[in-house]
Amino acid sequence: MTGKPGMTKQESRGLKQRRDAEHSIRPAVDIFENQAGIVLRADMPGVAREHLNMRVDHDTLSIEGEISISMPEGMEPIHADVRATHYRRSFLLSRELDSGRIDASLKDGVLTVRIPKLAEHQPRKIEIRTA
Amino acid sequence: MFGILGDLDDSLFADFRRMQEQMDELFGPDRPPSGIRSAARGSFPPINVGSTPERVDVYLFAAGLDPDKLDVSIQQNLLTIAGERRLPREEDANYFRQERFDGEFRRVLSLPDDVDPGRVDAAYRDGVLHISIHRREAARPRRIAIK
Repeated sequence: MTGKPGMTKQESRGLKQRRDAEHSIRPAVDIFENQAGIVLRADMPGVAREHLNMRVDHDTLSIEGEISISMPEGMEPIHADVRATHYRRSFLLSRELDSGRIDASLKDGVLTVRIPKLAEHQPRKIEIRTA
Repeated sequence: MFGILGDLDDSLFADFRRMQEQMDELFGPDRPPSGIRSAARGSFPPINVGSTPERVDVYLFAAGLDPDKLDVSIQQNLLTIAGERRLPREEDANYFRQERFDGEFRRVLSLPDDVDPGRVDAAYRDGVLHISIHRREAARPRRIAIK
């Protein structure tokens, strides 16, 4: 999968990315917000922890994963709903979220990402004094 | 990360890439005809089926299942997989997206005629249920010695 000889690294990387975009699966997600922040859950069956990659670049959160399943040698397809081996999806974060304290866990192919709100954006209860 | 990974020629990654290429080849854009019992695209869970002379392998891409709630049965060459995935709804939360499947599912697959219903193995790992059904010995291609 390295580029053709004579091709610069930049070019081969660009081609690779384009190929991935065509062949990647957009994982189904649930996203909700509670007082602490945002919680995202993504279905990424077939992805082991070592094949999961998460990244925050400026305000974009990207999630990628590779499916690795054991297949016998010389297997021929009979039926295929899943036709790619790569998951990819990204999300735009908003400013009140603390991207430095993102917590992620992966269990049975379900990725859970917790993005806390910055301390000053946590809701504060305002006391109402009676006169 | 991916670009960097692509540049590495470590044998581990080479193996992994080979496997990926194999899968791309197997389940790539050239689609095999769909079976009479196959569900519409987008049904939960997506299923891949592959065969070798020794066995038929079925892969269910169903993340976050409780294996105890799965019911896998085989009658002749019909494999039925039923189960449910319940997603608890968070209290005091404001939902923006709910794309993940929640509920019961049932899929029926028609396997090749020579499968042996007595020899089935199933394992659930990383959200994929892998069921291996062996084929009958007699059905396998055999080399015939010429005297």
